[in-house]
Amino acid sequence: MKIADLLATPSELTDTASSKTAIVLMTRIRLARNLDGRSFPGRAKAVQRGQVLEVCRAAVEAAGPMKRAASATVEELSDLERQMLVERHLISRELSGSSGQAGVVINKEQTVSVMINEEDHLRLQVLRSGLQLKKAWAAIDGLDTELEERLDYAFSPTLGYLTACPTNLGTGMRASAMMHLPALVISGQMERIVRAVNQLGLVVRGLFGEGSDASGSIFQISNQTTLGESEEQILQRLGSVLNTINEHELNARAKLLETDAHKLLDKIGRAYGILQHSHLLSSSEAMNLLSLLRLGIDLGVFPAATRAIIDRLLIECQPGHLQHAAKGTFEPGQRDVLRSGLLRSEFANFAKPDFMVVGRN
Amino acid sequence: MPSPLKCSLCKQPATVHLTQIVSGKVHKVDLCESCAQAKGVTDPNGFSLADLLLKASLNPGPSAAGLRCEQCGATAADFKKHGRFGCPHCYVTYAGLLAPLLENMHKGVSHTGKVPRRALERKSLYDRLTKLELDLNEAIKSERYEDAARARDEIHQVRQSITPEIRPAKR
Repeated sequence: MKIADLLATPSELTDTASSKTAIVLMTRIRLARNLDGRSFPGRAKAVQRGQVLEVCRAAVEAAGPMKRAASATVEELSDLERQMLVERHLISRELSGSSGQAGVVINKEQTVSVMINEEDHLRLQVLRSGLQLKKAWAAIDGLDTELEERLDYAFSPTLGYLTACPTNLGTGMRASAMMHLPALVISGQMERIVRAVNQLGLVVRGLFGEGSDASGSIFQISNQTTLGESEEQILQRLGSVLNTINEHELNARAKLLETDAHKLLDKIGRAYGILQHSHLLSSSEAMNLLSLLRLGIDLGVFPAATRAIIDRLLIECQPGHLQHAAKGTFEPGQRDVLRSGLLRSEFANFAKPDFMVVGRN
Repeated sequence: MPSPLKCSLCKQPATVHLTQIVSGKVHKVDLCESCAQAKGVTDPNGFSLADLLLKASLNPGPSAAGLRCEQCGATAADFKKHGRFGCPHCYVTYAGLLAPLLENMHKGVSHTGKVPRRALERKSLYDRLTKLELDLNEAIKSERYEDAARARDEIHQVRQSITPEIRPAKR
């Protein structure tokens, strides 16, 4: 299977059938692993990186969960393909900008990806829609165990899995959930939440990781520390914080409806109007509008079945996907035209809002 | 008058003083205006104190300054500059430099999670093989042929029980 074929099919995130969950859009777990006795990718010479790529690629492609996977080196991927893979969270920006002798293997379902020669020799990742920490862990644990049959990992009994950056030392595990938190943003509570979450040893980031903004009120919450606790303990701690944030978001929604229902419904109604009729939409504005519609769906203004459409559009509005669909390369200004066109046609036949539902609740 | 605090990263006078409490531990960093901006400290979403602390606390002392990893050649200065190690062996070379950092960085200082059992079994077999090969050479040299035969048989056994698709890298 080729990466191009893979990109032509919906991802776990764009898959309409999997969009059942409201606040947690996606769960992700990644493991950092390195081969014993070899320099980490940042230090290794091109020849050494080439050897690691070859050895790891063969081992990953032979693993059970990667049957019928697509794999490619970074050089084999076009700029657009790289960008789309980043937008689908299947590769990182670092790998996308890598100078060479790096690659990725992605399973057919686009739920498992393994990056080779990113910051570490191997970065395993499992994606699941909704909140599924346990299932994601079971899947990645199995893949890791299978790879370890074939690869000699760099491991110390006291320090655990040895990683290029000591902040990943130990389990090498980063588990994260992508959460849609519009009411906490609207009511100005997000800063407080970020601070509280930090104190619990967890990190909050924007949709595309470190340094990215949180347009669309979508945040990634993940563990900060990797050493001194078992994987299960880390996941349990993260899970309980996610549940708490979930409750806070629900409370914030209830409070907004109670105190300022008109203001909230006005935002949702206007977002609907703009999506139906605008002719220029930046990526960030589109995300924010879609986010408000998603909130409307959660509140019952639109039928629950339409949530999957919004989740698909959140990805299809990204610059890479937009250009892929339009079969060309376009400047940001032209993309804003394309984006509004896509959304106008999608929302021409979208369900009509029923604002009475909210009043009756 | 006390001398002004210096930026933990570049040694300019520090004007931004950060305190963050993570998991009940107090972390402090002093930064100059430009480093604070560059690190996105003003943006509550996009900045990681852990990363800053790592780089700031990596001023190698005189004992560490001359160190160089025998495997990959990375120096303490490389580690300070990039915040990344060069190879797995750096964790041995720079154990002294790392130990105090880990306490601030993580929940604990020792691993309690998953262990790669198969890989560790293989590693102990490799070690056994190396020792047997030494024994064999010794025995041949001193003409102890019975011992040599025993070592040779055992080497054969160990080799059979290792079925690695990938051999460890030559050091």
